[in-house]
Amino acid sequence: MITALAFYLFAAILIASAVMVVTARNPVHSVLFLILAFFNAAALFLIAGAEFLAMILVIVYVGAVAVLFLFVVMMLDIDFARLREGFQRYAPIGAVVGGILFLELVLVLGAWSFADQADDLRLSPNPGGGLTNAEAIGRIIYTDYVYLFQAAGLVLLVAMIGAIVLTHRDRPGTRRQNIGAQVARTGTISLEKVPVGAGVKELGIRRPPEPEAEAPKVAHDAGHHGHGGHH
Amino acid sequence: MDGFLATPVGILAITLAQTLALLVPVLIAVAYLTYAERKVLAAMQLRKGPNVVGPFGLLQPFADALKMLMKETIVPSGANRYLFLFAPMLTFLLAMLAWAVIPVNEGWAIADINVGILYLFAISSLGVYGIIIAGWASNSKYAFLGALRSAAQMVSYEVSMGFVIVTVLMCVGSLNLTAIVKAQETVWFFLPLFPMFVIFFISTLAETNRAPFDLPEGESELVAGFFVEYSSMSFALFFLGEYANMILMSALTTILFLGGWLPPLAVEPFIWIPGPVWFALKICLCLFTFIWVRATFPRYRYDQLMRLGWKVFLPFSLVWLVLTAAVLKLTGWLPA
Repeated sequence: MITALAFYLFAAILIASAVMVVTARNPVHSVLFLILAFFNAAALFLIAGAEFLAMILVIVYVGAVAVLFLFVVMMLDIDFARLREGFQRYAPIGAVVGGILFLELVLVLGAWSFADQADDLRLSPNPGGGLTNAEAIGRIIYTDYVYLFQAAGLVLLVAMIGAIVLTHRDRPGTRRQNIGAQVARTGTISLEKVPVGAGVKELGIRRPPEPEAEAPKVAHDAGHHGHGGHH
Repeated sequence: MDGFLATPVGILAITLAQTLALLVPVLIAVAYLTYAERKVLAAMQLRKGPNVVGPFGLLQPFADALKMLMKETIVPSGANRYLFLFAPMLTFLLAMLAWAVIPVNEGWAIADINVGILYLFAISSLGVYGIIIAGWASNSKYAFLGALRSAAQMVSYEVSMGFVIVTVLMCVGSLNLTAIVKAQETVWFFLPLFPMFVIFFISTLAETNRAPFDLPEGESELVAGFFVEYSSMSFALFFLGEYANMILMSALTTILFLGGWLPPLAVEPFIWIPGPVWFALKICLCLFTFIWVRATFPRYRYDQLMRLGWKVFLPFSLVWLVLTAAVLKLTGWLPA
């Protein structure tokens, strides 16, 4: 009873927020509604008993992917008036495409029939035998289908490297910090412990050189001597 | 009485009572953490710290809270009103929500769920939303810059935190927090996994936006960062949320590495002290280190922060993860 009520509550909020994602005027609001939708989907997973998937959904989609979405959408400078400019003109085309998709969905669902054992499989994330569903999903991914899973991971890795290579611009002339070189640097800075009361002169530590009498002459034949530094 | 407690209303009442029994001490701890921070920082800088309100200044946090309440809540004219007020509530709510799964003693968790550690990780990864929404809804460039910094920073450090948690989980063989603590009965994990302990602690500093990683609020560049436009109670909620998160992260460190409620040695004088006291003491140790770090280190530069997260912690924790897995497999210590 309570479970059913909770299910309808979460499902209703999920659908409502999904509708708001596409209808909200402000894209930041859209992303926030998307996050709400993710949350309710996670709650539905919990009701189905798949707590591992629920937590992973929140960690991966809400905690990482949606943060980056929000990040990008906030940075965009969107002119909403221009975005809606061609709405009247393109609405019929959009309606036709949507109508065709809807018809196709109706045809598919009309011919759909459930397998005989489907009812047993539905909403049973635990295979039984005292396994938690984290262990169950781990067994499927890392024991039964480990090679396929690793291959999928490799494909994603290639996609990631591809994206980095395509978008990386090597800007020449930028100065980068080399922390290793900085830490390994010796000799340019030295620390002297000066006895209290002893002046700095006895230690040979020089102040900035005082202006010299022959400075004007240096300015005359700068080409011969260069500028200072050899006193 | 037993009949009533088994009904849905009775279960609700029990849960409510448990929640209060946990959250009231947490909130008092938050109040006294602000006091402790000022006192410890003062001691480290050879000052006295708050010492006027009440004996030893002990009533200072309450005076501060009262002052906050009396002030006017100002919503900037260009701000998005609802989100502006929603952000501090979200921050505070998340900081409280996570306590549902923390086991204070054996069997003393409000919800002892199977995926407790994932729940904590999920909640802590949501903390960034309060900051981003605050920064965006304020409609102010300093707040926005603070929010962007925070988003990038928290996402970066979550990755290495995730690997550290996976390493611990491999040694335990369960996602349940109680099981994680019980697995440390022979040795607390901070000894065999010491490098991961250090990485985890530094990542929690970054995750809670504490010094030396407090760039989202870096006052030298961003005035006060993401909460520059906030005042009164909405500001107080951010403040409370930050300190509650510190306590939460310390609790997580305690559970993962410092043996939770377990005494250092299961021998006579130590086992007289009850588990929750050990738990609280260990949290205090972590919190003291938080404050100590703040008093000691200057703020990181932003690019160095990113470099540390992605180029140092991530590869290191990945290598250590593989190493741990190999050692567990080869020695046959892998939990069944």
